[in-house]
Amino acid sequence: MGIYLPIAEISVNVFVLLAMGAAVGFLSGMFGVGGGFLITPLLIFYNIPPAIAVATGANQVIASSFSGALSHFKRGTLDFKLGGVLLAGGIVGSTAGIFVFALLRRLGQLDLFISLLYVALLGTVGGLMLVESVNALRASRSGAAPVLKKSGQHNWIHRLPFKMRFRASKLFVSVIPVLGLGAAIGFLSSIMGVGGGFIMVPALIYLLKVPTNVVIGTSLFQIIFTSAYTTLVHATTNQTVDVMLAFLLMAGGVAGAQYGAKAGQRLRGEQLRALLAMLVLAVAIRLAADLFVTPPNLYSLSAAGLN
Amino acid sequence: MAALRAFAAAVSLSMLFALTPAMSQTPPVESIQIGLSTDAISITAGFSGADLTIFGSLENPDPLIARQGRYDVIVVLEGPPRPVVVRRKDRVLGVWINLESETFENVPVSYSVATTRPLQDIAEPSKYKQLSLGAKNLYMKPADETDSPATIEEFTAALRDRKAATGLYSENVGGVQFLSQNLFRATVRLAPNVPVGTHKARAFLFKSGMFVKESSAQLEIRKSGFEQSIFRVAHDYSFLYGVFAVSLAMLTGWLGRLIFRKD
Repeated sequence: MGIYLPIAEISVNVFVLLAMGAAVGFLSGMFGVGGGFLITPLLIFYNIPPAIAVATGANQVIASSFSGALSHFKRGTLDFKLGGVLLAGGIVGSTAGIFVFALLRRLGQLDLFISLLYVALLGTVGGLMLVESVNALRASRSGAAPVLKKSGQHNWIHRLPFKMRFRASKLFVSVIPVLGLGAAIGFLSSIMGVGGGFIMVPALIYLLKVPTNVVIGTSLFQIIFTSAYTTLVHATTNQTVDVMLAFLLMAGGVAGAQYGAKAGQRLRGEQLRALLAMLVLAVAIRLAADLFVTPPNLYSLSAAGLN
Repeated sequence: MAALRAFAAAVSLSMLFALTPAMSQTPPVESIQIGLSTDAISITAGFSGADLTIFGSLENPDPLIARQGRYDVIVVLEGPPRPVVVRRKDRVLGVWINLESETFENVPVSYSVATTRPLQDIAEPSKYKQLSLGAKNLYMKPADETDSPATIEEFTAALRDRKAATGLYSENVGGVQFLSQNLFRATVRLAPNVPVGTHKARAFLFKSGMFVKESSAQLEIRKSGFEQSIFRVAHDYSFLYGVFAVSLAMLTGWLGRLIFRKD
């Protein structure tokens, strides 16, 4: 069944979009990420213009992270204070990102920049996570208890000033890295159309040493607001949010997310991280291939005078 | 006797035919008219391309030339003109990057042609260049005319090629059919991604390879009710639209959890 998207101005198949949303929703529920890093490339592979894919991806992320955050709120695994500080940084980063987005679009380098960012970030994060989780899996197999949070072991981040106490996370840490992390995620959110969960989750775990059970809920909480802000700004400055497209993705996504969350509870933390790492790496490799393989067509058209 | 009289009648008839044009001094000039059954088309949610039929007529056709099939008609449906940037990817350190670009002014977003016969059989290529007629002959004005002719030519060719690849520029040979000596019917294709805006339908009449006359009509293509409203709101009330998009997402997330809850 075809449907005409009012903003993207093309006809697409409803079932393809619903299935795409459901598949990504399942994975996002399982891993506790918004799924934007999968949705945006998938939409681009499906011929949706990148600018619209990014803005609409951000819109879709709100739905899945809102749904996920509700579950964590019920279970009490959400640190509002930590989320709030991350959010403050996120707004600043997101605003900067929107300006860069409009500038790159004018220069015709937006697609390249989006792809490069995806490859670099997904490649790094996926690689690091894979190494870490495989080590953890090996350690637990050899009998030793997994030691993720060693008390008393502090890195340079914990020596920074302006410390703040986050009770729910059992954390006493400087606000500088928290704000910085929030800003970085916000920046990526507006340029890549992602919530940033795939960076936020490992950063909170490995850099700030936040307990794993609080991480996902808090990250989802922050992502709701960052992507809501990103959606609003894209809608007002670039008019690239397609609600019809977003709604189809969300409808499939929220259904998939609940099943994914259930499936995720049956897997162990290290296994979950190893799987997520492989998924992230796969997307990175697919995107990298596009950068290096000779494109079928060297020429591309775009409307001049657009922004 | 009877046969002789009939012969005489035939002679006088043919003389009459031969004399008529000479007597009126200037032969009647052919002209062409086209009519659209509607002046606006709405694209609905299920739109996946369509054929648009345009009827037209020749006025004062020469019956002899018409019988010999030496009248040709080319009908064009031209989308609204917009500036376009064509970019070329080149390899830098192994990565394909958009490097060179060329901007063209007023390129019709879509360009659908229907003809009686293949273009090359109707008239000389130079004629089309002169008329800026046909997807391959359409004149594309570069924004910066100081660029080298070779570059401009290269990017012009790429522009035509890309437009054809997306189905926005199409050619329907045999899409114009004469229903009688004066009446013709043209079928032009509307691509699934046909742009909204004011389109121009133009009909060109050729007689034995010579251009005679042109006629045009306007056609408004717009999105139907719902899609149009969304598009309008997104542009005119973009902030409210954004708020709506965010609320819709939260509502969907909440409802999705209520309906599909698994914990």
